[in-house]
Parts: sequence; C-alpha cells; structure tokens
Amino acid sequence: MNISRRTFFSKAGGMVAMLGLLSATRNAFADWNASAFGAKTVPAVLKDLGNLTLVDSPDILLMAPDIAEDGSVVPVEVTSSIPNTQRIDIIAEQNPNPLAASFRFSNGALPFIGTKIKMGKTANVRAIVIADGKAWTAAKMIKVTAGGCGG
Amino acid sequence: MNRREFIQLLATAAASGAVLNSRSALAGEATGFYDLPAFGNVSLMHMTDCHAQLLPIYFREPNINIGVGAAKGQPPHLVGEHFLRYYGLRPGTKEAYALTCLDFRAAAQRYGKVGGFAHLKTLVDQVRASRPNSLLLDGGDTWQGSATALWSKAQDMVDASKLLGVDVMTAHWEFTYGADRVMDIINKDLTGHIDFIAQNVTTKDFGDPVFKPWVIKSINGVQVAIIGQAFPYVPISHPRYLVPDWQFGIQEEGLQTHVNTVRAKGAQIVVLLSHNGMDVDLKLASRVTGIDVIFGGHTHDGVPRPVPVKNASGTTLVTNAGSNGKFLGVMDFDVRNGKLQDWRYRLMPVFSNLLPADPNMTAWINTMRVPYASQLSQPLAETESLLYRRDNFIGSFDQVIMDALMKVKNAEISFSPGFRWGTSLLPGDTINMEHLMDQTAITYPATTLTEMRGDTIKSIMEDVCDNLFNPDPYLQQGGDMIRVGGMHYSINPNAASGQRISGMTLHGKPISPSKTYKVAGWAPMAEGATGAPIWDVVSEYLRDIKTVNLRHINEPKLLGVGNNPGLETHC
Repeated sequence: MNISRRTFFSKAGGMVAMLGLLSATRNAFADWNASAFGAKTVPAVLKDLGNLTLVDSPDILLMAPDIAEDGSVVPVEVTSSIPNTQRIDIIAEQNPNPLAASFRFSNGALPFIGTKIKMGKTANVRAIVIADGKAWTAAKMIKVTAGGCGG
Repeated sequence: MNRREFIQLLATAAASGAVLNSRSALAGEATGFYDLPAFGNVSLMHMTDCHAQLLPIYFREPNINIGVGAAKGQPPHLVGEHFLRYYGLRPGTKEAYALTCLDFRAAAQRYGKVGGFAHLKTLVDQVRASRPNSLLLDGGDTWQGSATALWSKAQDMVDASKLLGVDVMTAHWEFTYGADRVMDIINKDLTGHIDFIAQNVTTKDFGDPVFKPWVIKSINGVQVAIIGQAFPYVPISHPRYLVPDWQFGIQEEGLQTHVNTVRAKGAQIVVLLSHNGMDVDLKLASRVTGIDVIFGGHTHDGVPRPVPVKNASGTTLVTNAGSNGKFLGVMDFDVRNGKLQDWRYRLMPVFSNLLPADPNMTAWINTMRVPYASQLSQPLAETESLLYRRDNFIGSFDQVIMDALMKVKNAEISFSPGFRWGTSLLPGDTINMEHLMDQTAITYPATTLTEMRGDTIKSIMEDVCDNLFNPDPYLQQGGDMIRVGGMHYSINPNAASGQRISGMTLHGKPISPSKTYKVAGWAPMAEGATGAPIWDVVSEYLRDIKTVNLRHINEPKLLGVGNNPGLETHC
C-alpha cells in the first residue's frame, strides 16, 4: 500500500483517538462501572453489570483468532444484528479482571466494534449484547501460546 | 582447487555407483511406472515443502505420527505397517520405501535417493507433455532448508522454481527471510513468472491484503481459481520481528468470501493451495463450502489418496504431498457442462534413479553451487548410525544436536525445535557441512543457555505439546514435539492440555518445580540473541567426536497410545 497514505491515516487515527478520549472523559466516564471492571470473576462481573442472565444468540458475530499472535494485543470484533442493541461488553473469562471493554450505542449507531484486548492465558472470550433489557451472548475460545518450533 | 576437484570426482563416482546399484534392483520396475494415462481436460501438479533440497536425498518417514481424538487411525496419522495395510501396499516395494520408515536402511540402499530438482523437472515436463496447459502449484517451504538457500537468501530456490516452471505458490518459511526480502523477491523475480498468493495475510493496522488472495487461470477453456492459504501461525512459530506489520490466522470467513467471489466470476474449479497442515485442512474442508480440492502441505504427509470431506454444499478433496521433493501430486479433472464430473489423482514418488536428470537443471544447480562448494563439502564426522529427524518426539539427528548443545554449552538439559524437515543419512556416510545445514539452516540460528526452573521447563513442554496434540486441529500448529536432551519424561498425548507431561527426571532424580537447571537451546523467538549459531556448536562437537554412534535416543515414555496406528515399533 501507498506509504504516505498509511502514514497519513496512522496520524489521523491518532488524532481521532485523542478526540474520542477527550469526549469520553466528559461523557461516558461519568457513569464508569468501576465495580464491574474491578470484579475478579465472571459471575461477579455479570452481577455488577446488572444481574445479567445470558442467552446464546446466533445473531452475534464474534471474530477473533483461534490462536493469538500476541496475547497482549488480541484483536476482537463484535457485530450484533439484534435490533435495538444498546451495549456490547467483552469478557476474557480467565483474565484477573474479566471485563475487558464495554461499548454503548445510541441514536441508532451501528452495533459493530473492533478492539484489542490483553490475555494472559488460553480462555473463552465472550461478547454480551444488551438489547431491550435482555442480555444475549456468544463466545469463542482463544488460545494463547508461547510459540516456537514450527514445521 | 585441486581438493575441490578431487571431492567432486569422489561425489561423481559415488553417484554413478548408486545408479548402477539401483538399476539392477529396479530392473523391470521402471517400465511404465511414470506412464500416467491422461484423463479429463484440466490437470494440476502439486509439490510442497521441498525445503530447498535441489539434489537427490534420503528422507525417512516417521515411525511415530500419533493422531488424537477423531484423527486417531485416520490419514495422515498412519505409519509403517498400519500405513501399508490402509492403502493396500506391499512391504519391500518402492512405494513402501517412499511412504514409510519400514526397513529404511535396506530399502534406501536398494532403491536409492529421492527427489532432486533435475529429476523432478523431468517428471514435470513429462506430465506437461501428456497434459497440455497443466499448471504446477507449489505449496511453500521452498526457499528454506539448505545451506545454499540460506546463504543466497533464497535466491537459489527462486531461480530454481522459475526454471522448474512453478506457476503459483504460497508460503511459510519463506517469511523467515523477513518481510522486506519477501516483497523484494516478489517484485524483482516472481512478477510475470510465479503468482505468490495468500488470502490470510493482512496488514496489522488496517487489515489490508498484503498479497493477491487468488488467481483465476483459463485451462483448455475451463476457468480454474486457485486461492492461497499461507501458514496461519508465522508470527507465533517464528520470531515476530521477521514480519512485524503482518497478521495471519486461518481466516475462514475471508476464505469463504473469496470462494464465493471466484465462483461468481465464473470459476468452474476452485482449489485451495494450502500450508495449513493436513489436520487443519480436513477441519476447514468440513466448514468452508465451494472448494473442490485442497492441495495441502506443512505436515509433510505423503498421502496416496485424497480424503473426501463432506460439508454443507458438497464434498471437498484433501491431499498432502509429502516433503523434500520426494513427491509430485498430479490431479486430473474432467470438467464438462461447467461442472466437475470426475477426477483422478496420483501421488508420484520421485525416484532419482528412475527419472533421468534434466540436463539444463543439472547444469544450473552445478553452476550455482560452485562458489559454495568448499564450505558445503567440509567433512565433520562419520556416522555409524542412521540419522534422521522426522518423528513426533525425537529423531537421531536431533539427539546429535542436543548432545552437542549440552557438551559445548555445558548444560544439563537441552531443547531442540520439533522441525519436520531435515534429510537422512545412512550408516557409513560422512556428515559434511551441507548435511548439518540441512538440519539447521534458519535465519534465527542463535544458541541460548538459560537458567530455568523445573516448573518453567514443564510449562514450555506442555505448551508445545498442546500445539501438536490438541484434539481441535484449529488449535494445532503442525510441527512436532520439542526435542529434549538429558532429561527423561513420560507423555500422554490423549490427556488434557497442561497434563500430558509427567515423570520428568534428570540422572534418575525427579525434576523439582522450584529448582533451577541449566538449559541449552537454539532458534530463540526473541530478537537480539547473541549465542553462536547452532551449526557452529554442532560442527565443533562433530569434529571433536569424529564418529557418531548413537546407542540410545531419548524417546520419551509414551502413555495411553499402545494401539495407536500412528505408532510403528518395527522401524
């Protein structure tokens, strides 16, 4: 790809991220769910997120590698086709603090997110979609390995 | 110059001796062996994992290749007599020699060396003559595995591939020359000659494709799409710094999209040129629809018959074509009325003594080798033992490497990677520098000496073990178990992740989880290792001991696999 285009986008991306952070500081962080992000087990996270009872849904597309290339930055993408999706949470079940991210959607924003999460070891990664007061879920096992020794 | 001439003369004499010897053994067997009756209207040749072996070599197939879960007893997890029985082959035949480890030493002496690009070239041209417009597909692991490939930064193999007539390739070890070198070769050498394709390599930042994902070729009026699948775990199996900006993975969803795209563009045949490894290909074939055949590599399995795999829209054939230039797969399709009607497949062993060497390729190889000749022919030691690598747990050449690491680096325990490449030497052979490089020629060859706790040693071994024996193929990486020197252990491949290794002892005493041990190894993942390259360590050791005579190789104790057809005790 064109190097200058890439450099431009990478700088532009940095600026967007900064702007996003500034606005997030003013708005979303106001009701930051500190107890859910601080919880140490999956049941505790679900309780702190509002006593969620999860139901499996085929309408959540969770894209992530089978084996992480680097456990410190594991790419995860979630697309929800559930009507009125208001929130997408991501949980790495074996992390010391399992809740990795929580995204809110308002004013008809398309419920798609892509982010990178940190994982210490092989675990289920779970997406939770909140829509019309119900909690839907999909999960995928992601393997974290030290690597080496290819064929 | 005199010495070089003398050595070349010796080599020629040895080669012609072998030819005479094998001609008598093969008398009558050669007739018709390579006469493939033409079939259908579209033909594709497939080679894979030649590991830069330009000259004929010996390559012993494994005596242990255990399949776990649903893979138990299924191709490719069959070895020795189990293999012969499954495919209806007779012991003592040249097919049994090519495909199994049975009676390897005697069979090698009887039937001679295998592979070699000059012999392969003759076979490729013969197939092309009977099958106009057929294509030659290369599944990768072509640029790595020999001294000349490493020293020329893959240039010898790039030039040889063009001379051979490769049309399309994908890759794995190619990436270990670094992203810049790969792009340099594609731009300067391959453009207009060889399509380098991979649908599952994208940039880390935006997910842009790095390579062409597929090509469509018109063969005798039939549109044939070839989609590339590079090895999915390059930055995990090799140092990340070699390909810092690229991400890999199986990328099933992307593959399905590409299949749908090429079908919509009118492809009547869709093939996947894959470096996934056979177990991954078999699972993928059951989940992705619309692929007619997967030409597979990576796991080095010589599989005589394609495995048909059912999926939601039909059946996908899965092949694997061995390694080291031993085999050429030939697939003939009968395509009529826009559809695949029937097919024929032959996995042709390349017996160097049955196929005359192509003179142009021979001349090119000889010229290419001239600047390296004195380095390659440096004698290091004699071997009284059969030396090989391929096996799930350890090969005899690995034992030599690990003995060298422990001796030269003064370590109690040594580790060596579970590579599946590395040629074989017969008892009585001289081990020269070229043979040593056949086992070690990589771009990150540094040796290491590390103080390691017992629990760390176990967790490393469990981690590698899971990459081999996880019952879900998508969580395997191919390759074999890490080789272990000095320390004994037991292994249960069917146990759960993290619980397969037990009974670790050093000099008869149990390994203590909290005690620290000196462990030597090579091929580190981290950048900046400064230890001597592995070939320096092993050549120093070999020159010192002068003769290799292995009384024992450190095969672990196997638990729970007594009746597994991936196990042959008579090799």
